[in-house]
Amino acid sequence: MTTSVLFDAQGPRAKQRNILYTVFFVVAIAAVGWWVYTSLDEKHQLDWVKWEPFFTSSQPWVTYLWPGLQNTLKAAFFALLIALPLGALFGIGRLSDHRRVRVPSGVVVEFFRAIPVLILMITANAAYSEFTDIASDVRPLYAVVTGLVLYNASVLAEIVRAGIQSLPQGQTDAAKAIGMRKGQTMRYVLLPQSVTAMLPAIVSQIVVIVKDTALGGAVLTFPELLASVRPMSANYGANTIACFTIIALIFVVVNFAITSFASWLERRLRRAKKSTGATLGTGPGGGLDTIGTAPLVIEDGRAT
Amino acid sequence: MQLRKVTAASAAVLALALTATACGSEDKDDAAGSGGGGKITIGIKIDQPGLGLKTPDGKFAGFDVDVATYIAKELGFDAKNIEFVETKSADRETAIERGDVKFIAATYSINDERLQKVDFAGPYLLAHQDVLVRADDNTIKSPEDLNNKKLCSVTGSTSAKNVKEKLAPKAQLQNYGGYSECLTGLENKAIDALTTDDSILAGYAAQEAHKGKFKLAGFKMTNENYGIGLKKGDADLKKKVDAALTKMVSDGSWDKAVEANFGPANYKNEKAPEIGNVVK
Amino acid sequence: MEAREIVFDFLEGYDLLGAFWVTVKLTVYSALGALIWGTLLAGMRVGPVPLMRGFGTAYVNIVRNIPLTVIIVFASLGLFQTLQVTLGGGDNFETVNFRLAVLSLALYTAAFVCEALRSGINTVPAGQAEAARALGLSFTQVLRLIILPQAFRSVVNPLANVLIALTKNTTVAAAIGVVEAAYLMKDMIEAEAQLILISAIFAFGFICLTLPTGLVLGWVSKKVAVKR
Repeated sequence: MTTSVLFDAQGPRAKQRNILYTVFFVVAIAAVGWWVYTSLDEKHQLDWVKWEPFFTSSQPWVTYLWPGLQNTLKAAFFALLIALPLGALFGIGRLSDHRRVRVPSGVVVEFFRAIPVLILMITANAAYSEFTDIASDVRPLYAVVTGLVLYNASVLAEIVRAGIQSLPQGQTDAAKAIGMRKGQTMRYVLLPQSVTAMLPAIVSQIVVIVKDTALGGAVLTFPELLASVRPMSANYGANTIACFTIIALIFVVVNFAITSFASWLERRLRRAKKSTGATLGTGPGGGLDTIGTAPLVIEDGRAT
Repeated sequence: MQLRKVTAASAAVLALALTATACGSEDKDDAAGSGGGGKITIGIKIDQPGLGLKTPDGKFAGFDVDVATYIAKELGFDAKNIEFVETKSADRETAIERGDVKFIAATYSINDERLQKVDFAGPYLLAHQDVLVRADDNTIKSPEDLNNKKLCSVTGSTSAKNVKEKLAPKAQLQNYGGYSECLTGLENKAIDALTTDDSILAGYAAQEAHKGKFKLAGFKMTNENYGIGLKKGDADLKKKVDAALTKMVSDGSWDKAVEANFGPANYKNEKAPEIGNVVK
Repeated sequence: MEAREIVFDFLEGYDLLGAFWVTVKLTVYSALGALIWGTLLAGMRVGPVPLMRGFGTAYVNIVRNIPLTVIIVFASLGLFQTLQVTLGGGDNFETVNFRLAVLSLALYTAAFVCEALRSGINTVPAGQAEAARALGLSFTQVLRLIILPQAFRSVVNPLANVLIALTKNTTVAAAIGVVEAAYLMKDMIEAEAQLILISAIFAFGFICLTLPTGLVLGWVSKKVAVKR
């Protein structure tokens, strides 16, 4: 049993009650599971013939899924690569002392945060096809990356801003006191310290980017993972349920790998930073001892 | 120190990955450059059994693909120099106008609206809009029976609108991104009929997994003259493609392609249409 | 005058307001659903029953990692087409699709509501819970009477962001044929030539929906913030 401040250590009666709850819960979940299983089975959705291609042959993986996943990762990678520096730029821009920089940065960030990525992608695709010479085979990729960059750069800008603002004012004061210029303060003092605080938020944003590439498959002809369902199910007798399940699993595995890698990285960074003694994560609780550590930026699923 | 090391390492990984992907896409660019370099890019469908399908071995198969390959051969391109790309229904005009593809053979029926934007060679096949129903469903005997039935088609298709507006206004209509989704519903009786061209429906019905499950109603609700979509005003290409199609019919390749692709579906195709004869 | 008529001519025949009204309805219903289910999930995740904690964690981690498009298509294909769950919509596809979209959006967004609330719970001083327990309150009482009211007040801003995200995520409902703003936009782009204008109109529509949400809830957040 974990020690939580929210409930007392459990006595015999509480333990019994918990067992009762557990049993109820298990029964409820099992009932739902059983209903789903039998109904699917009744509709022949669990027939081996519908699932067999994924397990007995490498062909669906080589022909449809792997190229799809590659495109998904490629789009996500480029989007992140461009969005990160852009986001940092706008985030710092919003903290600028000059109105002339602060206001436009704010307007751009708020504008692109307010529009659905789907609409950004559709617009980018149509605009590229009408006004540019980008070759047709890479145009969907460009459109997807553009949509993702515009949107995610503005989200990352907010993350960077929040990360820098979370640092104690003393850091800036101290940097000023030893005669650092504003740029130097940002580069040598504020940014490096806020990276650890920002990391979890950045990682959930990466997951958002990976998931959002699926929009490109749904509405543009971007041949990413989700789009591979169509040719695949057309070949294997409309086994759509099986195809979508496999694809959902791949997304879960990929995103889980990303989050795991990031938390490993975060632990490493935190260990390395111990000596600098940065104060982080006290949140709105101020100096009080709170129930847990509050994250800097809360993931809001601001995308698909 | 640690931070810098991690940053440096990540930067190195990023740089590596970037060059790798960059090289990858460059190679692709060369291959896709339509026209030049002895390659030809042709737009097809990749999710329609019998017409244009990306098969598990990574190749393309179907009647449209065979026709396209024949035309390309007549234009002087070997099978290995053909690059097939997917052209979704909604993107076909744009793909031609922009020269992304040399021509399109993708269940592309000739109509006035499209003729304003592109030119057509052919037609090379006459299909009809039809509905696919469950083999044991005898309630749909005429298009009017579709009233109060549950219909499915793909987003943005004209067939669905056609039924809804002209033939069976009281039908329920579900739109999906692909036909496979409709088939799942049809199989499970959540959908009563899937509507689109009979050639496409036949391809699905003939699949191994679907044998005996579905049947074509045979309504012939419209005439769909499949043509080869070309850039507007490219009279030279149109003439060559028309000649290739004529030759394909006369040397028997057309019949062979029909037999190979529609034979298993037991699809009673119309005989080879004459070039320029668009059946209204 | 005349120029304007020509420019906006293409809007004729499209139910722009109707489409955005569907977007609003999708948002409101799924927001309510997500709030309820998300709070329950958060309760499970901090509660004393290990199995429920495990379920909450697993739910959040799975749902968060799947694209919403997949979830919505799954709801339509799996629940509706296969398991014949119509959510009371009967034979009317429009109603069924709308309700399925609401369900999927609520299930998806709940994961984020849960995480926001959990971090809100984390910001409540431990002394609050200890004092509550000292008074003899049970876990549900502690959560309901002491912790959640404070937690909610400290996460109004993150929840506002979740709501804004939800508003924009409703566009994905187009994938199963719900005629909301993005569906109409794609239709219009295919049929009309004024690409930039169409995009601008829809962008403006969404800004009209999301900016006030952010501003109002930002104001509320300051108003109700727990002063410590």
